[in-house]
Amino acid sequence: MKANNVPQDHISTYAENKKAIYATDEEGHYGVVASSGWDVEEEATKQALHELERLADDAYEEVASGDASPLLYHMYAQRMDLQVLAQTTGMFQWRIKRHFRPEVFTKLDDDFLARYSDVLGMSVDALKVLPSRSDNA
Amino acid sequence: MPEFQHTHAAHCESGVMSSMLRHHGLNLSEAMVFGLSGAMVFAYLPFIKMGGMPLIAYRMMPKAIIKGLQKNIGLEMVMQTYSKPQEGTKALDVLLAQRKIVGAQTSVFWLPYFPDEMRFHFNAHNLIIYAKQDQNYMISDPVFEHPVESDVKGLEKARFAKGIMAPKGLLYYPQFVPKQVDFETVVPKSIKKTAKMMLKTPVPIVGIKGIRYLAKHIRKLGNKDRRYAKLFLGHIVRMQEEIGTGGAGFRYVYASYLDEASALLKNDALFEASKMMTEVGDQWRDFALMIAKAIRSKKGDNIDYDTLADKLNTVAERETEVYERLLKVF
Repeated sequence: MKANNVPQDHISTYAENKKAIYATDEEGHYGVVASSGWDVEEEATKQALHELERLADDAYEEVASGDASPLLYHMYAQRMDLQVLAQTTGMFQWRIKRHFRPEVFTKLDDDFLARYSDVLGMSVDALKVLPSRSDNA
Repeated sequence: MPEFQHTHAAHCESGVMSSMLRHHGLNLSEAMVFGLSGAMVFAYLPFIKMGGMPLIAYRMMPKAIIKGLQKNIGLEMVMQTYSKPQEGTKALDVLLAQRKIVGAQTSVFWLPYFPDEMRFHFNAHNLIIYAKQDQNYMISDPVFEHPVESDVKGLEKARFAKGIMAPKGLLYYPQFVPKQVDFETVVPKSIKKTAKMMLKTPVPIVGIKGIRYLAKHIRKLGNKDRRYAKLFLGHIVRMQEEIGTGGAGFRYVYASYLDEASALLKNDALFEASKMMTEVGDQWRDFALMIAKAIRSKKGDNIDYDTLADKLNTVAERETEVYERLLKVF
């Protein structure tokens, strides 16, 4: 790719940042060009972000209707999934899944909940509740 | 020691090592670091899932660049992990007080200066901490254009994130940096190694065979749930472009290495190979563009998986020619 063909699409997923792209001069020799992004990359990143949002939104509904514990929502809201939450807490997936059940979750004491809140980067109190809709934009 | 200078790089680990070596008097560009350490690869590991998606890699495992440099140019590094976060922070402060610049492994998700759009759970992000002022660390994160900062708690959280590839507070700095590199020996060695690995690895998931294997899976995506198929395709583009590859999944960085090596060794054949690799990179970018169109397609539109797979097989063919050419250079 020639330096003057390096996309400068000002993509939203760079949030005003630039990435270093390798590109050539007319003879084919290389240099580094700061790029404001390629819309192809934006498409792929946004797709992944939307998928995470979709999972968090679905979880939000489940928690709000009392079918799941807030842990399910917070997991997705922090861009994790069951695999990542299991890897970070060192717990088995089946055990975490049990904690997605509201009646099991409410019986967990604060010391135990700290294992979750620590890897999710939030307080135990925040973990116990579903934030109001306006906070989770 | 001279004042530390930040440089914008494509990739975190090669960028960190290039800046670190230059600070210690050895001028090696990011592309040279990447090429000499033999970091280029292709691997498709469908049985290893992350975020529900298979592992697709255009470069070797994290830390392979550091290890490759130690092996190939005689660099010696100190690498230290810590069991307790407070210990790790203290150790960093001690090193900074000795006016060292220190490499660290971190989680992208917890670094406070990362914009929200770029925050994902990836635990093998490398950066250099070059000073501490008041209660802030001055950080050279190679994938950012300018130096950045983090508060103590933020960096500690990022260094001690848990899970797969957990950094465990890893800090590293050189113990011995060679004054010069014997390019006449190490360049041919590194190129032959990469070319052979890409052409001849006896497992179907690595090298050119891995690219063809991925093409085969793309062909079968029509049988899968459409949402999954689209996410799978998007995932390929993210691994190829988004994660800091210099464009085209490190193919341009490698072409840049061949370009530089050609000048160093006064070898025109290497420049020819560089131009071939540039074209391969362009083909990878075309492939990504085709995927973006497929992702954008509306319900009811057919996604032509065969055309995508054919395109990827063409990429594999072109890339094969580059490695075959490279094996004839020396």
